[in-house]
Amino acid sequence: MFRNVAELIELTKRDGISISEVMIQQEIEVTGRSREAVLADMDEKLTIMEEAVRRGIEEDVKSVSGLTGGDGKKLEKYIESGNGLSGDTMLRAVSRAMATNEVNAAMGMICATPTAGSAGVVPGTLFSLKDKLNPTREAMQRYLLTSGAFGLVVANNASISGAAGGCQAEVGSAAGMAAAATVELAGGTPKQSAEAMAMALKNMLGLVCDPVAGLVEVPCVKRNAAGASIAMVAADMALAGIESRIPCDEVIDAMYRIGESMSETLKETALGGLAATPTGKALESQIFNLSAERT
Amino acid sequence: MKYRSVTEIIGPIMVGPSSSHTAGAARIGRLARLLFDGQPKRVNIHLYGSFAKTYKGHGTDVALIGGLLDFDTFDERIRDAKEHADKANMRVRFHEEEAIPDHPNTVKLRLESDDNAMELVGISIGGGKIEIIELNGFALQLTGHHPALLIVHQDRYGVIANVANVLALHKVNIGHMKVSRKEKGREALMVIEVDQTVTDEIMTSLEKLEHVDQVAKLHE
Repeated sequence: MFRNVAELIELTKRDGISISEVMIQQEIEVTGRSREAVLADMDEKLTIMEEAVRRGIEEDVKSVSGLTGGDGKKLEKYIESGNGLSGDTMLRAVSRAMATNEVNAAMGMICATPTAGSAGVVPGTLFSLKDKLNPTREAMQRYLLTSGAFGLVVANNASISGAAGGCQAEVGSAAGMAAAATVELAGGTPKQSAEAMAMALKNMLGLVCDPVAGLVEVPCVKRNAAGASIAMVAADMALAGIESRIPCDEVIDAMYRIGESMSETLKETALGGLAATPTGKALESQIFNLSAERT
Repeated sequence: MKYRSVTEIIGPIMVGPSSSHTAGAARIGRLARLLFDGQPKRVNIHLYGSFAKTYKGHGTDVALIGGLLDFDTFDERIRDAKEHADKANMRVRFHEEEAIPDHPNTVKLRLESDDNAMELVGISIGGGKIEIIELNGFALQLTGHHPALLIVHQDRYGVIANVANVLALHKVNIGHMKVSRKEKGREALMVIEVDQTVTDEIMTSLEKLEHVDQVAKLHE
């Protein structure tokens, strides 16, 4: 089993195969499932993701607290107006990432990638790229597998938990995973996938987990938006041949160490950051019907 | 390595909003029910760390209750788990603890029925993955790097041999094994880490063994 990104890339070179193929072969070995079963599982998850995106951009989704919902739909309408500045593929990645996370906040059905709080980034980018690149269904399944391969490395060498490593471990990991998978889907090399992952994650380092009222809503929905956009930019940079000066594995290690030295108030305890702002606290009181004096 | 399968990163399919605080909590509740071998009448749930601070917003409470009612992570009944618990005559009380745990997402559950009680400490380590770190006062010390079996049994001769035989028959290799008991001849616990996947067929064979009370698997 590959322990880090360097070993993963080495396996693709040794056998002349893609990252998603390494992931499939390893999955068969680790779980004893057949290739068909591995792909069928990813296909089921694609269906869940696509439905969450659809709900988020078509229906009027609102969370129980009322803090989030409807922004993915708003952005989708704006794209249709033709006035978008960042380009349709970029903006769709953002709208669909937000849509997914809004459905999540409404306790709707989603697929964690790698977590629920960061569940928008991977499907957001994928279902935007679907419009741009017209991939086959198997290519889309492989998108998830390549994302998963990089996610496994992060989970085993750092963390994918906001409570343990801050938002960099959740949306940061998701942005890196999506960037790497985007490169493969667009025909880039495994090495370029690793560069894209490194460049995306580098720009998420230090990001804290400070959810208002402890809810996976503010700022999570908009962090998924930013995560999707960073993933797209990092993928484009890697496809252009730009490399990260710091190797991917070292960026992951840096993320782990930053998470370790981060204050507990900034790791999903709702005690610091945006959660501790006057507005953040007022919203918390409002939602839980607490007296304003209680802190 | 703690995470071995791509399904632990791409997945689980779940109702939101948090993989660690909702899906992981549901899994801990469900595993507790499985180990308890049925639905408890009363459950006291002690929340620590981030669980204690943010459980309301994350639906950790309804997820734990949902798990105790045998709901899976994607079961939309989780949202109304409290009502379902009332209907099922399961009384659940939550306690917010101040003590700082080793892991930020820690929960202790005490399950009771008229003739049975069990205490379990679980942690949710990210992406929906969970670990059980204590069962009935037995520290489990699982590495989480391999599939593991928990077998609650009676402290009698031959039980260990019988369990090992079932595994050998199915070509499952034991990497690490620990047997603990509180008192000679009473309840004991086997914690076995294996190299291969434990199939449902193996689970059924183990459950049928004499003096074996409960069997559960962790870390597929």
